[in-house]
Amino acid sequence: MIPTIPQSRFVRRTYNAYIALFFIYLGLPLLVVAVFAFNDGQFPSLPWEGFTLNWFFGAERPMIGVFNERSILSAIGTSVFVGLSVSALSVAVGLSNAFLFNRYQFRGRGIFYVLMLLPLVVPGIVLGISILVFSSTAANAVWDAVKWDIEVLRPGLVLVVLGQFSFITTIATLVISARLQKFDRTLEDAALNLGATRLTAIRTITIPYLSSALIGAFVVAFLMSFENFNTTLMLVGSDAPLTIAMFDRLKEGSTPLLNAVSLLLMVGSSLLALAMLSFQRKD
Amino acid sequence: MRAEAKLGLALLLTPLLLWLSLLIIIPHINMLFIALRERVAVATYETSPANFLTFFREPLYMWTFVRTALMSVMATVITLVIAFPVSYYIAKIAKGRRKSGLFLLCLVPFWVSELVRTFGWMILLRETGVVSNVLQYLGLVQGPVEMLYNDAAIMVGLVYTSMLFMVVPLVTTMESLDDAVIEAGYDLGGSGPSILREIIIPHATPGIVSGSIVVFMLSLGNYLTPTMLGGKESLWFTELIYSQFIVRFNWELGAAFGFMLLILSSVIVWGMLRLTGQTLEKTMG
Repeated sequence: MIPTIPQSRFVRRTYNAYIALFFIYLGLPLLVVAVFAFNDGQFPSLPWEGFTLNWFFGAERPMIGVFNERSILSAIGTSVFVGLSVSALSVAVGLSNAFLFNRYQFRGRGIFYVLMLLPLVVPGIVLGISILVFSSTAANAVWDAVKWDIEVLRPGLVLVVLGQFSFITTIATLVISARLQKFDRTLEDAALNLGATRLTAIRTITIPYLSSALIGAFVVAFLMSFENFNTTLMLVGSDAPLTIAMFDRLKEGSTPLLNAVSLLLMVGSSLLALAMLSFQRKD
Repeated sequence: MRAEAKLGLALLLTPLLLWLSLLIIIPHINMLFIALRERVAVATYETSPANFLTFFREPLYMWTFVRTALMSVMATVITLVIAFPVSYYIAKIAKGRRKSGLFLLCLVPFWVSELVRTFGWMILLRETGVVSNVLQYLGLVQGPVEMLYNDAAIMVGLVYTSMLFMVVPLVTTMESLDDAVIEAGYDLGGSGPSILREIIIPHATPGIVSGSIVVFMLSLGNYLTPTMLGGKESLWFTELIYSQFIVRFNWELGAAFGFMLLILSSVIVWGMLRLTGQTLEKTMG
């Protein structure tokens, strides 16, 4: 079944219909989320009560819009803060890992490489509880020994950042490594011949070459952090990131406010992803 | 120069070692120790396999474990069956702009969080939801139908959530299959099914394996979809872990559960790699 081999019309039509159905299936849940953000009623469900923008801009009960809902706005702020921290940390460590595996032959390299991949095959919830247990054990040990309570080791944003960082770093490493492997090392040698030191050569030749991968890894890390749920759920303290805050509300019953937040999320992440793609296409 | 290379190696190894030891290896060993201790009195613990024995002796825990594993396998198979023709279409039949457009469309739903996707299915499937209303409008059913809070709803959600992680590796491997090979298959008298079986599927095996591993892992470790779409009776293993940790504060038993989940996922991933002769480096890296 390739275009150069003729097929009966029936087979072709069925196949095309299947593909069309698949994309309807893919789009339908997102479409209903988006549409009900504009429903002028208390529930994101039929009957349709008319069009309104109150779930975005409304200022009084019972329709308080996203932009006037303090708790949602602060959850978005928390998520952005966590996302930026996780991205910065994991891109930095990912860059270092990429250079390590690309440039050095050392004993145990193969084992380290497999270990580096492992976080991808550990369920997120197990990563979360293991870090939770370990940090509490450490905090308790410090308390027993010197009676200091180390706040950062208790559930909270620092642990959320560390928990997400623990597996997103693997992805950052893979993205940056893929680009570094294509780098022509003679360019660095040329810089060295022209009198540059090794660090200058890397700073002026290799890092600019990697910039698109670095930005790509940063954006992917940010998106993954922003939508992470499982690991975050186990490590969260009193400041909930957006996914956790929305989950708590959804458990109590949903209003179109959640649709409005979701729609903003969809638009935001699509724009970010498109910006990244167009940036990467340029080089 | 040699000293400089050694210094560079040490500098680059440090972050890797810190990351892996402090956030991955030591926490997991620590979790194993916690799982292997039993509280005998206030703040006194003894090493014993009691928590694991509780797991094996309590039918509800065991059943939830087996059920989660079986449903995750099923979700993986369904995802593969649905994704395969679509990936083939994108990789081999669609051309040019249409191809990259369709591929991009597959990615779009996954830029938004899983919570939003699950929420979408809740709006569609619940008693007052869109599907129920459409069915009533068409006269196919009398009165509202509740389609949430059952296993089929969980399955729909799991398959939907994992779709991307199957489509991307499948498209990538099938793109590298030369059209001429398929044509040669037809020239040599092969039929559609025999070419699929003997040329396309063997070629796509690395993609099938890595897609299946990721989808299985994501389903097994999923918490959101079973809770939101399956309701209170969904009996998903991650919910047991969550309730032991957060609701009952029984960290010892929760850690033992976490370990069982880790063992299950490692065994299945390892078995799948073994069965198909792949390695983790090749499928993930």
